[in-house]
Amino acid sequence: MKPFDYARAQDVSGALDAGKIIAGGTNLLDLMKLGVETPERVVDITRLDLKRIEDHEGGLRIGALVSNSDLAVDDRVRRNYEVLSRALLSGASGQLRNMATTGGNLLQRTRCYYFQDVASPCNKREPGSGCRAKGGATRLHAILGASEHCIATHPSDMAVAMQALDASVEIEGAEGTRTVPLAEFYVLPGDRPDIETVLKPGELITAVILPAPLPGRQTYRKVRDRASYAFALVSVAGIVSVKDGVIEQAALAFGGVAPRPWRNLEVETALAGREPTRETFDAAADILLAGAEGQGGNDFKIPLLRRTFRAVLGELTQGA
Amino acid sequence: MKTTLTINGASYELEADSRTSLLDALRNHLGLTGSKKGCDHGQCGSCTVIADGRRINSCLTLACMMDGVEITTIEGLGEPGALSPLQDAFVRHDGYQCGYCTPGQICAATAMLDEIKAGWPSVVTDDLTASPELSEAEISERMSGNLCRCAAYPNIVDAISEVAGVNGWKEAAE
Amino acid sequence: MTIHQKMDAPDRRNRLDDMAQGVLSTPLDRPEGPLKVSGRAPYAHEVQPEGMLHGFFVRAPRIGRLVSIDDSIARGTAGVETVISGPKLIRNPAQGTANSAPVQPDADIYYIGQPVALVVADTFETARAAAMNVRLDIAEADRQPVNPTDYDSPEDQQSTQGDLDGAMAEAAFTVDRTYTTPAHNSAAMEPHAAIAQWDGDKLTVRSSLQMLKYNRNEIADSLGIDPANVRLLSPYVGGGFGSKLGIAPDAVGAALAAKETGRPVGVVLSRQQVFEATMRRSETKQRIRLAADADGVLSGIGHDAWVSNLPDEAFSEPVTQATPFTYGGVHRQIGHHIARVSRTCAGSVRAPGEAVGITIFEIAMDELARATGVDPVELRRRNIPEQDPTSDIPFSSHKLAEALDDGARTFGWDDTLPEPGGRREGEWLIGQGMASAVRVNALMESKARVTLQPDGTALVETDMTDIGTGTYAILTQLAAEMLGIDAANVKTMLGDTDLPPASGSGGSWGAASSGASVFLACQGVRQKIAAALETTEEDLTLKDGRAIAGNRSIPLSEVLDGPVESEGHIEPGDTGDAVRQATWGAYFCEVAVNAVTGETRVRRMHGTFAAGRIMNPKTARSQCLGGMTFGIGMALTEELMHDSRDGHIVNRDLAEYHLPVNLDVPQITVNLLEERDPWANPMQVKGIGELGICGAAAAVVNGIFQATGVRVRDLPATLDKVLAGLD
Repeated sequence: MKPFDYARAQDVSGALDAGKIIAGGTNLLDLMKLGVETPERVVDITRLDLKRIEDHEGGLRIGALVSNSDLAVDDRVRRNYEVLSRALLSGASGQLRNMATTGGNLLQRTRCYYFQDVASPCNKREPGSGCRAKGGATRLHAILGASEHCIATHPSDMAVAMQALDASVEIEGAEGTRTVPLAEFYVLPGDRPDIETVLKPGELITAVILPAPLPGRQTYRKVRDRASYAFALVSVAGIVSVKDGVIEQAALAFGGVAPRPWRNLEVETALAGREPTRETFDAAADILLAGAEGQGGNDFKIPLLRRTFRAVLGELTQGA
Repeated sequence: MKTTLTINGASYELEADSRTSLLDALRNHLGLTGSKKGCDHGQCGSCTVIADGRRINSCLTLACMMDGVEITTIEGLGEPGALSPLQDAFVRHDGYQCGYCTPGQICAATAMLDEIKAGWPSVVTDDLTASPELSEAEISERMSGNLCRCAAYPNIVDAISEVAGVNGWKEAAE
Repeated sequence: MTIHQKMDAPDRRNRLDDMAQGVLSTPLDRPEGPLKVSGRAPYAHEVQPEGMLHGFFVRAPRIGRLVSIDDSIARGTAGVETVISGPKLIRNPAQGTANSAPVQPDADIYYIGQPVALVVADTFETARAAAMNVRLDIAEADRQPVNPTDYDSPEDQQSTQGDLDGAMAEAAFTVDRTYTTPAHNSAAMEPHAAIAQWDGDKLTVRSSLQMLKYNRNEIADSLGIDPANVRLLSPYVGGGFGSKLGIAPDAVGAALAAKETGRPVGVVLSRQQVFEATMRRSETKQRIRLAADADGVLSGIGHDAWVSNLPDEAFSEPVTQATPFTYGGVHRQIGHHIARVSRTCAGSVRAPGEAVGITIFEIAMDELARATGVDPVELRRRNIPEQDPTSDIPFSSHKLAEALDDGARTFGWDDTLPEPGGRREGEWLIGQGMASAVRVNALMESKARVTLQPDGTALVETDMTDIGTGTYAILTQLAAEMLGIDAANVKTMLGDTDLPPASGSGGSWGAASSGASVFLACQGVRQKIAAALETTEEDLTLKDGRAIAGNRSIPLSEVLDGPVESEGHIEPGDTGDAVRQATWGAYFCEVAVNAVTGETRVRRMHGTFAAGRIMNPKTARSQCLGGMTFGIGMALTEELMHDSRDGHIVNRDLAEYHLPVNLDVPQITVNLLEERDPWANPMQVKGIGELGICGAAAAVVNGIFQATGVRVRDLPATLDKVLAGLD
């Protein structure tokens, strides 16, 4: 870990443009120890008043420093946003959830083996150096949204649920506050995989806004290599309502398969107004997987995503 | 830099590089080697300590961020002759072998039982809106952030179950 | 005095059964337990001397020849004391019982991750950061390929009996399949670590090691010093599983740095370095051929194994070690093939040989059961040989049939050979699987000293280690039993080369070997007491601090006018070759495979094992739990992934090398069979530390077949492999 100056922010304005932000530290310190992150100055924001979960326009406003644990166990979240609670509880471990924050989790970096290994070229770590993952070990890697420059996946569970929930990100910057829908917050790698979000240098995430809960059933299904404490190979966040035997509305997001929490509104359109049958699910899965491309070691994610997608839809529509 | 740490109820003045993790502060600066370094990346749980009542990985925490926080390490939970109920149960159930992950397991279990008491659900809880049941599956899931290569897991679950009173654990075992 | 016994003949006295204290073979809690659970047991890096410096290794990112090291930035960093490199650093740890220095490659880089320099600084943070600033100029050099391609077949490792091809041609049923297992890592929770300190010519190293007697010679040879000047301390070892059998780069690096700086130096390998720069279990490819008659009785067995290692390593995974004697069949062919590669060193990982060899063999046996329609348990019963079918020597004891019966009964095995895929609960397909457990048994030379005080307390001293195996408990119990005193009155001192040299922990021989030396030392003490009472050791009873002979019962304090001391010395002898010694068992499990995702969960698992006299059923059971859990990992999750382009280990951390977590492991049950094996040693004890892994993974993989009809032949059975065969 490179030496750095440590400072503690006393208020939000003091954290803007002040250096690398540290909150829970669970991802940043991990990467600093590996030499992947090498900040000159680290700004501790843990004492800022961003730890509240407040009712907000029928939904919730979640402070950026609310821990993953506190968010997962909040009564309102458990009652109205089950998909989010389950996503959070499926992530990491009890210890890590106690430290990790809402804002930090959104900005989690990829688990790509080559990104974490400073001896390997990586366009995300060092733009223009190349992608060593291509042609290497790709079990963790993307089947959707990747580019020739980067095939890494976003590792968050929480962000996948928030994507399905139409969350927005509240951002504080020198020019004031702006709110960005999560759908527009993440950017695909293209030829600049080092740029992962629309967050500008010096800006700070202060909150996540959840709109009023959608009707219907919710679930988060995570498929992984161990029963617990492992990153998703594939995950599906789903909120589906059924009325008179047809799907009224479906909101679906996918983890472990793309450089960002993945959502495809055409998939949801294909489901709406249809009977919840295997044919309907398969037709929607065809849309979801159109253009999906494996790298060899992750080819299995294509059938796995289809099967998990169908199972989640089956579960959410069964008997409804 | 200087940081005042409160550990097991005592105050410590730490003079260390800002890079020093809480774990390294404990082990290399303060002589509190009960907290173990197994991976240094939050992937094994051996370094688990309790901070303001909550279990955390001390390896992924900067010591300089922890002033004003009440830290409890394994040394603060009990000592030979005056073990905590969980420490004692780990001995009787052979909830360890080499013993290296054990302080982390016990710190995690101590705080984990409080999480259940507080009504926190886990990913294996069926109904998120209800209070979680005390069961082997709940304990097993909640302890999955603590690796044990010797694989004392069944004994760890037994030890915690006994202390937590899962399903009249003792009767069931007889 | 020293009581010496060489095992040239079976010892049928069963002397331990004559003892009266009643503490041996009881589930005594580990005496060191309170220290471990309170964080007060000091491991390798936890007694830090005043002024200790911290060392951090620089890894080689490429294979080749090191032309130069630019350490100017590191040396210019405040707090950095020195940077160590050069001809004395070791390439990789010594192999088990090597007793001499491992390869010292100087500027040659044989694998990615090889430690090439050690940065030494006043703090850990400074050393680690400076190590990242050391620049290496590495030139291409002629090296082995990174992937195993060219295999040698050493003549002395091929064997043929009868005519296997003929047997295969004539058999009613055959199996001829090729399987693979990936490389594994021991992943002990305590990383390799050492603190070295010099006092003149005398070197003291506190490290995490399994076999001090050998390790002392290995480090002395590495440094070019007299072993008599080396003292090693390993009172607590945070797991080993083979990875700490030999001296490792941390200890040699710390010693060199301490010499140069004149200060104590501590070195801990990072978890990534443990993965890269210690030991892996070699990947294996295995071809199994089975020829059987209509009843499933084997007429022929073929087992070929392909493994790999670095050049100049004597060890190669002894995959077929137990194949010659496990099952009958007169036509046999065994082959062993080794490729030299540029990858992390291959060495011992829990139960080298059987862990992967028996596992694969037992999957093949399940395929034979399916082919013949014979229940898998019955199939194994039918193939238990009368005597070692290869060497034509008797078994010292053979408990496989009993283990199969007991295990099947305890588990509730369905012997109707249900059709695969026939049982479903919601999304989950349920199946049962079983496998036999087999592991060779060995005895090694070992010494110990026992001192009994008139106040009824005793001291046991040996340089044996306790790596979680329960050595403190069993040696304490053994001495308490033989000296007739409470276990609380026995102090056992381990892990110090100043104490009599023991076998060390490895190969499952620790309890039997170090135990036998303590047994003999206690016998010596008993002889002295007997002499004082003018009786014989055989006629002496020691119980509750009293000596009883004839009709006299006298407190020890009255018998002894001072401490009584004796050493014990056990040596292996002819019983090692006169009979085939092995330990036996059987695994049973129930798995649930998700029909949607291919995820497998082990729902229930049971093992029944026979390993001679069990000295402590609590710690012995824990060893079996550990082995079986390693088996679950081998079956489902564990795989070191090598990048096929440069051979480096891609998943070199505990997030991506998937050890089983708590939720992966059910409440495993274990039965231990009562047994005395007189050929093993004077205690009739055999090893149990590795038996639990020797086939366990097969039970899980066979269960997956029963559940789904999918036969996974390339371990681990990750969901993608299962998924490929699901509807």
